[in-house]
Amino acid sequence: MSLLLIVLLPLLGSLLPLLGSNQRRHQCALLTAAMPLIALLVTLRETPGVLAGEVPRLAFSWVPALGLDLALRLDGLSLLFVLLILGIGLLIILYARHYLAEADNMPRFYAYLMLFMTSMLGIVMADNLILLWMFWELTSLSSFLLIGFWSHQSAPRKGARMALAVTGMGGLALLAGFILIGQIVGSFDMQTVLDSRDVILADPRYLPALLLVLLGAFTKSAQFPFQFWLPQAMAAPTPVSAFLHSATMVKAGVFLLARLHPALAGSQEWLYLVSLTGLVTMLYGAYFALTKLDLKAILAYSTVSHLGLITMLFGFNSQMALVAGLFHILNHATFKAALFMTAGIVDHECGTRDIRKLKGLWRYMPMTTALATITAASMAGFPLLNGFLSKEMMLTESLETPLLGGLAWLIPALATVASILSAAYALRFVRNTFFDGKPRDLKKTPHEAPFLLRLPVLVLAIVCVVVGLFPALTATGLLTAATDAAMTMPAPEPHLSIWHGFNLPLLMSTIALLGGLLVYVLRQHLFAFHRQFASRDSLAIFENAVQRLVRFTQWAIDTLENGSLQRYMLWVVISALVVAGMSLMGIETLKGELATQEASPLIIVGAVITCFAGLATAFLHRRRLISLIMLSVVGLMASLIFARFSAPDLALTQLAVEVVTVILLMLALFFLPQKTPKESSASRIVRDVLLAAGFGGVVASLNYALLTRPLNSISDFFLENSVPGGGGHNVVNVILVDFRGFDTLGEITVLCIAGIGIYKLLNRLRLFMPSSDSEGRPWSPDRYPMILASVSQSLLPMALLVSVFIFLRGHNAPGGGFIAGLVTAVALILMYIAHGVEWAQQRLSFQYQPIAVAGVAIAALTGVGSWAFGYPFLTSSFGHFHIPLIGDMELATALLFDLGVYLTVVGATLMILANLGKVTTSHRPSKQKEKA
Amino acid sequence: MEALFATTTGILAASGLYLALRGRTFPVVVGLTLLSYAVNLFLFSTGGLTTDGSAVIGDGGGEYADPLPQALVLTAIVIGFAMTAFSVILAMRVRGDVGSDHVNGNRVDEPREDKS
Repeated sequence: MSLLLIVLLPLLGSLLPLLGSNQRRHQCALLTAAMPLIALLVTLRETPGVLAGEVPRLAFSWVPALGLDLALRLDGLSLLFVLLILGIGLLIILYARHYLAEADNMPRFYAYLMLFMTSMLGIVMADNLILLWMFWELTSLSSFLLIGFWSHQSAPRKGARMALAVTGMGGLALLAGFILIGQIVGSFDMQTVLDSRDVILADPRYLPALLLVLLGAFTKSAQFPFQFWLPQAMAAPTPVSAFLHSATMVKAGVFLLARLHPALAGSQEWLYLVSLTGLVTMLYGAYFALTKLDLKAILAYSTVSHLGLITMLFGFNSQMALVAGLFHILNHATFKAALFMTAGIVDHECGTRDIRKLKGLWRYMPMTTALATITAASMAGFPLLNGFLSKEMMLTESLETPLLGGLAWLIPALATVASILSAAYALRFVRNTFFDGKPRDLKKTPHEAPFLLRLPVLVLAIVCVVVGLFPALTATGLLTAATDAAMTMPAPEPHLSIWHGFNLPLLMSTIALLGGLLVYVLRQHLFAFHRQFASRDSLAIFENAVQRLVRFTQWAIDTLENGSLQRYMLWVVISALVVAGMSLMGIETLKGELATQEASPLIIVGAVITCFAGLATAFLHRRRLISLIMLSVVGLMASLIFARFSAPDLALTQLAVEVVTVILLMLALFFLPQKTPKESSASRIVRDVLLAAGFGGVVASLNYALLTRPLNSISDFFLENSVPGGGGHNVVNVILVDFRGFDTLGEITVLCIAGIGIYKLLNRLRLFMPSSDSEGRPWSPDRYPMILASVSQSLLPMALLVSVFIFLRGHNAPGGGFIAGLVTAVALILMYIAHGVEWAQQRLSFQYQPIAVAGVAIAALTGVGSWAFGYPFLTSSFGHFHIPLIGDMELATALLFDLGVYLTVVGATLMILANLGKVTTSHRPSKQKEKA
Repeated sequence: MEALFATTTGILAASGLYLALRGRTFPVVVGLTLLSYAVNLFLFSTGGLTTDGSAVIGDGGGEYADPLPQALVLTAIVIGFAMTAFSVILAMRVRGDVGSDHVNGNRVDEPREDKS
């Protein structure tokens, strides 16, 4: 439970500062500090147990299907980082309280900071790979908010965006790597993964997984060639830089290396990739730190360099190197946080961080000068300070690594060079800022900073000295526990002491310090050398790349999504052709093993008529009316085909739908041009004909292949269960209203929605109404033919009776709600056609929208009704009833459902056609002519 | 007979697609309708072509036509009508609002008859 507290208290803390107001800054800071302080106390309570070798763990199942658990652990490695994050975090809260200006929104700042702290704690305590990744991405997001805190300026915005892009991209790679590891191991549980080193190393997916994980770690820890985002992130407020770039954000990458060390390390790939990347980064950062003019830029590149050092140590595959790396994480966090805060104090007091303007500040701020000198000396690796200890351990390890074989001497040599540069920039940082003459053209006269602003630096400087003097006493226990967690086997007790006797590492340390002094003295020559190279602005390069990416995607969107329906159709059809064509090529022969049936002459004639009508629809499409007539021929033929092949339900439906479709299209054609202009180019026509022919060929081949192969249909189930289970002999209808009633419910809902959509589309539609046809002949004034009017009127009761009959018998004979609805609709529409909308509306004075909606509601309620009897949705029941006059009848609740279908079909069809008809009638030109 | 059926489906599909690739709304709607006929016939045929099969259970006791594709196609026909209606009325609305019956909404020269 206490583990959960450690993570959740800071999360709660991200809400607390929002309660405080920006005016009461003291209260706000105290509120914020309370939560991490309690979390720190909880951690300290757990510490003795962890140091003794216990590993408290806690797991809740979260998304078991993804292997994601809310699982936390507190082993030695976690403990080291938790103490760092909470300890330095508290100092940062104190520092930020006095650093932030009146204009800055302090509650917002603290909220972001606490969110970030939570996500860091989550990373170091996660006991599940996916959970770790979630917190990892959360640090990217919250650091984006922190770096871009001064969002009114351009530089922080750009820096934040760059950091987010680089670390976010790395995060995605990390997720891919984690998933690969999860697949290799079969679990995302941390302990399982850490115990499966042999399995992972032997797997062929090891290398891709390693590369992806390293990509994540290297982008986060600003390793070469991803180091460029870190200096840009210096546009953040200094407390953020001090926190993110000393103890937390960038340490997440090296933490990951340590965390997965037991599972992934030990291979040649790991050795070369990790140590060489670290080595290059260490040299690169050290060199650029020396050439920078901004105090924070110097520290930023120095951070890059030190992270490289740690990465290199973790790459060495050796236990003592691991100890050295972990020790350096601790030491670097202390002195670098202190130095960042010092830089912030200087900035705060002098209004500039430009090293050319700052000089001789010791006169004004002696205390700050002393603290900066101590911590910078630690950074340079000066004896009796903590930086010296870990740096000397690093030099020792560099001598012992098997890396590069015969050229192994290169590693210690280059490590010494990096140490020389490190000593030089530390010296430059201190001497150029605090000593060496008097300051020039400062905007304000510097003063010693307030005590509370200096207090965090003081605390950290004391840690530097104490750990430097008594390493065995202070750090051994923590380091042993941390190393144990990062090793497969129990680690030997690290032997931390100041004096190891006269040996090679000591000589190298001495060379580093003296060399650093020499380089510092001769630095003008180095700068002259450096000036020969054109400086590269990584921000400009990055922005340029972003711009190019945006331009490319814009181009791709414009090309693919150009607003042309024809273009989209082309893409869809080509994809369909490719997919279907590929699978057709996959079968051996087109014809399957089934024997084909003989075609009777009648069928041949029918097929010829259908094909002819279909082709005529296409070829005569410019004469729209003829094309429409041809279309209706195809529709009628389809109806006959259904009848011929034993599907009377389909034949009836198709016939009724055909009638309403043709009426609909005729009405629509009245408002649209009667002829299509000739505008397709010859090449376009050839293209479309080829495409259509290819498509038709594929469809025909597929159909033939399907028809000549035996199929294993699930229909037998429906045939067997229709009577005993559904109480109906017409299986098609029973499927519709019973077996697959839920599908039908969806379908009538779509129908209803389409009808309502059309109603809305027709609302206030203003259309040009031609007074004559395309040939210039005026429309006939004799609008309602007498014969049709009288016949239709006498036909109506008959038609309605027929539809009721079809509806009632639907469960046991061809018919049902769909067909009955269509028949009713056609009968009513005939009234509109024969007598006009006004006449019909006087007699049929009800709205169709409610009918359609009521239909859907009845169908749905029928389904819901079965709940009342404790059955699942849409369970039907049936029984025999004796109805006077009609006789024995089987009635099922499905009939009620079918009633819903019937009403929906009637309502929707009439909603569409009657409303469209209304548009034609109002202000009809011929009528106006009559009146005129 | 199977080859004849498949050819018919193919020709209807090809004609429908050709129309669907045209630039004016009305032929596109007609094309989509034609295409839906082809698709319905195709779907229907997945149950096999049964001649003189029984439509209802207990009716002569002969071979039954596969009811499942029939149920699928039955709703497909009705939904197809709704979609045809929706697209053609959308086309009308577009012509009313944009003044063109081109599928891309281009304001190209309208046919002469509209200018009178």
